[in-house]
Amino acid sequence: MSPEFKIAFRFLVSKKRAMSMSLAGIACGVAFFILTQAQTSGFERFYIDTILGTTGAIQVHDRFQDTLRTMDAAGRERSGFRIAHREARQYVEGVEEPARVGAAIREFTNVSGVSEVVSGSARLRTPVRERSVRVYGIRLEDHLAVTELARQIVRGDLPGFRGSPQGVLIGSELARRMQLQVGDSFELDTPDQSRRYRVSAVYETGVRDIDEARIFLHLGEARSLLRRPFGASFLQVSLRDPGRAVQDAARIETVAGHFAYSWQERERAWIEVFRALRVSSGLTVATIILISGLGMFNMLAMIVMEKTREIAILRSMGYRRQDIRRIFLWQGAVVLAAGTILGWLLGALLTFGVSRIPIRIRGIFATDYFVVNWAWSHYIVAFLIAAAVVFVAAWIPARRAARLEPGEVIRNSAA
Amino acid sequence: MNVETNHRSDDGGPAANAAPILSCRGLHRHLGEGEGRVHVLRGISLDIGAGTVCAVAGPSGCGKSTLLYALGLLDRPDAGEVRIEGENLAAAGDAVRTRTRNESIGFVFQFHFLLPEFSAAENVMLPMYRLGRLAPRDMRRRAGYLLEQVGLGARQDRLATRLSGGEQQRVAVARALANDPSIVLADEPTGNLDAHNARAVVDLLVALARERGRAVVIVTHNEEIAARCDRRVSMLDGRLEADGAPPAL
Repeated sequence: MSPEFKIAFRFLVSKKRAMSMSLAGIACGVAFFILTQAQTSGFERFYIDTILGTTGAIQVHDRFQDTLRTMDAAGRERSGFRIAHREARQYVEGVEEPARVGAAIREFTNVSGVSEVVSGSARLRTPVRERSVRVYGIRLEDHLAVTELARQIVRGDLPGFRGSPQGVLIGSELARRMQLQVGDSFELDTPDQSRRYRVSAVYETGVRDIDEARIFLHLGEARSLLRRPFGASFLQVSLRDPGRAVQDAARIETVAGHFAYSWQERERAWIEVFRALRVSSGLTVATIILISGLGMFNMLAMIVMEKTREIAILRSMGYRRQDIRRIFLWQGAVVLAAGTILGWLLGALLTFGVSRIPIRIRGIFATDYFVVNWAWSHYIVAFLIAAAVVFVAAWIPARRAARLEPGEVIRNSAA
Repeated sequence: MNVETNHRSDDGGPAANAAPILSCRGLHRHLGEGEGRVHVLRGISLDIGAGTVCAVAGPSGCGKSTLLYALGLLDRPDAGEVRIEGENLAAAGDAVRTRTRNESIGFVFQFHFLLPEFSAAENVMLPMYRLGRLAPRDMRRRAGYLLEQVGLGARQDRLATRLSGGEQQRVAVARALANDPSIVLADEPTGNLDAHNARAVVDLLVALARERGRAVVIVTHNEEIAARCDRRVSMLDGRLEADGAPPAL
């Protein structure tokens, strides 16, 4: 144990009440920072998981075709090169050759699954009600590989859907509005035909736009209903590392010649909202740490004033300016270490407590409890903020203490 | 008193009136600002040899303490030299002056100035911690030894605040001797003590000079204390008035 630490610790302990207040401030600041970050990033993470589990990491849509233009090379006659003229791109709706494009996409190392989807509009009709819906034709096994559909089934089951050509999976909100139960049948009308289907299972993603409008049919059945025997509306792609979706989407566009939309691009608005919330709550709570820092500054400034004589005596017996500075920085470090550890424990406890609070949320995701995200980064960032505040709060009094001239102080003390 | 050395191997033993271990030449010092500025030291020159106990006497405000602080490198003179073991340190950098204070100078002030959060032994160990030449166990042993020498062997673990005024001043003397300094500077060390404790403290300082060959400078008003020193220097208005053997009482 260094003498500076020993002196710092004794100085600190002699100010029990002020030290406890500073300690409590730092601990509360750290704990609340962790709690708010756990909540906001928990909801953000849960939203992203919901998105990845429903609309996938990447969606590959329309094919595009660049118009090539020939240009002459400078200085040489009859020589030239061709460049893509992006402004004159031509678009072809949907994916014309889903099998070939899907096979090309599967070659990407980060791609874990590709599902071909044929979609279109129809009207769902029961004897008492009718409503517009979006029909999604899927190959169940492929789609299960790119979504969390299996986990989202709330009534009925997937084997029932798998074994029934006329079976459908229907969103929970749509089922509620149309008063449909598993086993009930209904009509799906398109402009030129009407077909009867039976509810095999009800799913709930928590995303209201999906749960109130989307029904899943077998791919072949959807092709017949929508009169679309070839091609696909889009391909839904899942990734092993969804964080790389932006880069992978760009490469898919280049390789496959189709527009590819990453989840970050599709959900930019909500992601920005969550980010703004996280930063805002982080800033709010950081002010608690800042205020605690002011408390600590006061405490250390008070110790410097009260211990002026002792500091001068230490200087007279050979303690250097940097030793004196270290004594005060050590005091800050002790409060920081103790406050951070207490704050971490309190933060973890509060986070656990909040995760047990029941709250029913439906709309952009479905949860019955507060969602929290346990992440080391929150604890580390909380420590870094506290460390920065404590360092500034300790540095100023430390510098002041180190500047004291021992002769002057002793002369004045003796006077 | 038989003061044990902790790190010196080439000294010890009486060496009164040997080559000056502490000296100053033409010391000038002003204190205060503007119209309140006072010329406190007016060209003081002084040599103090090893093994000498020198009393600095004079009326209040004559510059005794200012001289002591300048000699002890606690204060910088405006002009002049302060030599410690031959080296002029008046204009030396803070690091050199601080190291010299730690290694070569022990201070005893009028007020004990102990750190109240520490025990008597810990207070004595503070200069040793800074010097860092002894293992913690040896520091503890030496602190115990020094406290025994000042009659506080049984109270070494008491907090400084739980000692009487006389005891605290004796701890301050033990602390001044912690690193076995070649120079001990005492500023009215008995000013707050009763006659019994005052005598004990002076006995300690005199014994230190006689037995260990240290230079001891004592600033005092007390003629009885001055009479027990080898030399008496009188100051008046920032100048040396007289320098010689003290008159016997």
